[in-house]
Amino acid sequence: MAMGAPLIGTSVLRKEDYRFLTGAGQYTDDISLPGQTYAVFVRSPHAHANIKSIKKDQALKKPGVLAVFTGEDLAAAKVGGLPCGWLITDVNGQPMKEPPHPCLAQGKARYVGDQVAVVIAESLHAARDGADAVQVDYEPLPSVVDTASAGKKGAPQLHENAPDNTCYVWAIGDKAAVDKAFAGAAHVTRLDLVNNRLIPNAIEPRAATGAYSRAEEAYTLYVSNQNPHVERLLMTAFVLGLPEHKVRVVAPDVGGGFGSKIYLYPEDVVVTWAAKQINRPVKWTADRSESFVSDAHGRDHVTIAELAMDKDGKFLAMRVHTTANIGAYLSTFAAAVPTILYATLLAGQYTTPLIYCEVTAVFSNTAPVDAYRGAGRPEATYVVERLVETAAREMKLDPAEIRRRNFIRSFPYQTPVALMYDTGDYDATLDGALKLADVAGYGKRKEDSIKRGKLRGLGYAAYIEACGIAPSAVAGSLGARAGLFEAGEVRVHPTGSVTVFTGSHSHGQGHETTFAQVVADRLGMAIENVDIVHGDTSKVLFGMGTYGSRSLAVGGTAIVMALDKIIAKGKKIAAHLLEASESDIEYDRGVFKVAGTDKQKMFGEVAFAAYVPHNYPHDKLEPGLNENAFYDPSNFTFPAGTYVCEVEVDPDTGKVTVDRFTAVDDFGKIVNPMIVEGQVHGGLTQGIGQALIEGCVYDKDSGQLLTGSFMDYSIPRADDVPSYKVDTRETPCTHNPLGVKGCGEAGAIGAPAALMNAITDALGVKDLPMPATPQTVWKALRAKKAA
Amino acid sequence: MHAFKYLRASSANDAAAAVAKNSEARYLAGGQSLVQAMKLRLSSPTDLIDLGAIKDLTGIKVDGSGVTIGAMTRHADVAGSADVKKAIPALAALAGMVGDRQVRNMGTLGGSLANSDPAADYPAAVLGLGATINTNKRKIAADDFFKGLFETALQPAELITSVTFPAAKRAAYVKFKNQASRFAIVGVFVADTGSGVRVAVTGAGPCAFRSKELEAALSKSFTVEAAAAVKVPDKGMNSDLHASAEYRAHLVTVMAKRAVQAALG
Ligand SMILES: Cc1cc2nc3c(=O)[nH]c(=O)nc-3n(C[C@H](O)[C@H](O)[C@H](O)COP(=O)(O)OP(=O)(O)OC[C@H]3O[C@@H](n4cnc5c(N)ncnc54)[C@H](O)[C@@H]3O)c2cc1C
Repeated sequence: MAMGAPLIGTSVLRKEDYRFLTGAGQYTDDISLPGQTYAVFVRSPHAHANIKSIKKDQALKKPGVLAVFTGEDLAAAKVGGLPCGWLITDVNGQPMKEPPHPCLAQGKARYVGDQVAVVIAESLHAARDGADAVQVDYEPLPSVVDTASAGKKGAPQLHENAPDNTCYVWAIGDKAAVDKAFAGAAHVTRLDLVNNRLIPNAIEPRAATGAYSRAEEAYTLYVSNQNPHVERLLMTAFVLGLPEHKVRVVAPDVGGGFGSKIYLYPEDVVVTWAAKQINRPVKWTADRSESFVSDAHGRDHVTIAELAMDKDGKFLAMRVHTTANIGAYLSTFAAAVPTILYATLLAGQYTTPLIYCEVTAVFSNTAPVDAYRGAGRPEATYVVERLVETAAREMKLDPAEIRRRNFIRSFPYQTPVALMYDTGDYDATLDGALKLADVAGYGKRKEDSIKRGKLRGLGYAAYIEACGIAPSAVAGSLGARAGLFEAGEVRVHPTGSVTVFTGSHSHGQGHETTFAQVVADRLGMAIENVDIVHGDTSKVLFGMGTYGSRSLAVGGTAIVMALDKIIAKGKKIAAHLLEASESDIEYDRGVFKVAGTDKQKMFGEVAFAAYVPHNYPHDKLEPGLNENAFYDPSNFTFPAGTYVCEVEVDPDTGKVTVDRFTAVDDFGKIVNPMIVEGQVHGGLTQGIGQALIEGCVYDKDSGQLLTGSFMDYSIPRADDVPSYKVDTRETPCTHNPLGVKGCGEAGAIGAPAALMNAITDALGVKDLPMPATPQTVWKALRAKKAA
Repeated sequence: MHAFKYLRASSANDAAAAVAKNSEARYLAGGQSLVQAMKLRLSSPTDLIDLGAIKDLTGIKVDGSGVTIGAMTRHADVAGSADVKKAIPALAALAGMVGDRQVRNMGTLGGSLANSDPAADYPAAVLGLGATINTNKRKIAADDFFKGLFETALQPAELITSVTFPAAKRAAYVKFKNQASRFAIVGVFVADTGSGVRVAVTGAGPCAFRSKELEAALSKSFTVEAAAAVKVPDKGMNSDLHASAEYRAHLVTVMAKRAVQAALG
């Protein structure tokens, strides 16, 4: 029977929620293997220190301790360092500096939390006792944690082969042309901006359990990770020198990643390697304190940004210099985030014809910095949208009007910073947001605030982002050391139900539902008959994983391509069964029909014939109904939208209340509006977190992490954010069959600029550092009063 | 956490005896401060003497002299008590502002006072109302109890059994929360006791203290304006990532103003 209404576009409840809500999820730490042991890492208490000696004997004497390994042991076993997955070429055509990133420190510790040794024991308790007993003789060295200082002459040096702690100086754009445009501009707006460092804090901390089977000479790694195949590729090919078929990586249920679980981490390598050394499984789960010091952090830019305009507020050119702090070592994608994922977005939604951006990436005695929800695009949006709003204020133009004067309206559009936008309608999202936010009623609300002794401010952000990373050839030419396609497999079972294997990984995004909607719709079957499998290299053929809001646009398209192959083969089988010509067979919602007749075969009948091929075109067709597809996108996708934020500020305490927040996004076609809305809410909340309350602080003198727990590092709680108003507009992506763009990061990308625009409006100041904590706001108000 | 022995005491005397004979033993109340410290291996008692089964240590009694609350009474029970709400509404409200639901269901009055976290809430009420801390050995006046950072007048093994809070004519507590921990950056408890005004400040110094400046001003005139006119000196105030001493001093005035407003109803 043909199925009813389409599922795409409807808010199907999440298939995975029963599992999660009843505690039936299986996270890495839930998986216990027979004979497993426990690892605890000894971490450097110093920001920078020579390691003069490590004595293991006291630790080895502790009851239950089985082994202690150090960097020396790894070097002796020829375990390599961690690779960086992206090579940036600097302004002089030289490759970036890639200092070794050992899995356990070799001779030197470079940040507080740097792993120095591992203790493996019969119990977690014994491993901790062992770790306390490892004697490390440190010779502390001067350290530098501060982004602006790390690259200065005379700063303490982290790596021998990286003078001035500089990893690279990279640039994009025509500097001479940009300088010339600035010289002739009617007005220039300049901002000195800091994009604050963030600590991701997924609810599930990182965890990894390594196992080794002598019988099979094979390893298994269970790991809380966003891309198990990439993890395996990096670990086998670059670090351990193992053949991939002897290593299985499983990323089971994962309790949030936000980017921080993309990377190959030292602990993952160490537990895998150590499992063979002691011939027992080795389990490690980070505690929260470890997560704070050792997860890859996000953002951390210091920027000088300038926008040149003519007398009507038409943008002529943009000039940006950014110093990006990449921490003590290069994490997996660290080099790409402040360059390829950042500077290429500086055109925003505007026709700015000339853009020049120079980026200096510096090492510092801090945790490595890498992609974190939005990865480069929040930083770019912050630059563009803070500049645009400030320019409007300086030019006495309405902030919506200055945007309208500069919007891109004809597509495809080639920006001066490498990207080609395929489609968009920025007026639609702006107009939609202004209306939904009731900007018309703002004046009245401001009066009310003033009457109550409060300040009120209004701020916009019209963001664009590039998702669906990436055409592999483009990424490769920009320095990627990996492809960025996605793989999918559709396995039709003999009685017609379907298991789909995807290289995308779900860790909160709801793929098990969204992808099933796509499959059920395309095949015209009930969603109950479709299961989505992900996260296991022994089940899924290949995968590049989930980040950069790429899952549906890239992973979903691979599945659609495999579905198309299933239907094409099904037509051949149906043609045989119906004794018709293949070209006369039509497929419509679960039924193969001979066009113009009532002759038909159900999908299940065709599947059955493929697996019980008694009456089957054996001369032309293999039995079975199982198809793979690999999809390499031809372009990025370009979600965009407008956010409107309204804040109220208590001038007595400096406390900011986000009173209203409106988001109108264009994500292209939407498969599950409920899930999309959830992603927007989550993203907005993280963005508000960055602007209002989250900030990673290292002590400038000691290099200690001052915000090393939830006592000092704040993440947003429900009562920190308003009830959001969200809506969507739709310009379908032109180059993937679903017309989808991606929605996972938008909120975190657009929110900080909207919020800081609103706060600076309320205070009547040009700029304010993030996070706008009560003290920061109070100080700004006091300074303004004094001036 | 290190290994420890666990004993569930059945009477206050047994508990006190067990702690008295071992300097490495500690009372376990709600565990909301102690267990955290143990997990981080910042505190490693050899023995934990759980007070949870001692009936005499729990409960709320109201009489002419005020409210007496057992040391083991949970924050949630104080916050939800109709008797406390009636006798000293500010005290119930304060208990309802401590931490989150889980913390309030476990944490206790005695544990909070014995711990004397510089940013804890209860010390403000104890000092603001001029309460009496009753121990297994003696009665300690609030003004003599808080000695410094995590330091109280309690002697080793001395057990808080209950606290007696005199009712005030009018009182209120206002708290400006640390965004991360939600402990007090500054909390101010204002009480018009009938025989004078007491103003206790928490979060701003090494331990809760009374503000002479605010007390003097409010004793003259219990008004918002009087509080607003006081500039509290920042000398000796805490200064950290979240708030400088200067900002804290400013917040004391602002919170005092709001507390007076709330007390006036
Ligand atoms: C997430 C979180 C948020 C919090 N937020 C706040 C907040 O906003 N405001 C706030 O004020 N507090 C807050 N707290 C602390 C909380 O109120 C604790 O309950 C309190 O500090 C300690 O009480 P407890 O009963 O848990 O004591 P425990 O942790 O069991 O003990 C603390 C100390 O007191 C001793 N002790 C316990 N009872 C007695 C007694 N009767 N006599 C003598 N010594 C005793 C113990 O030996 C130990 O040394 C928070 C705690 C957490 C975990």
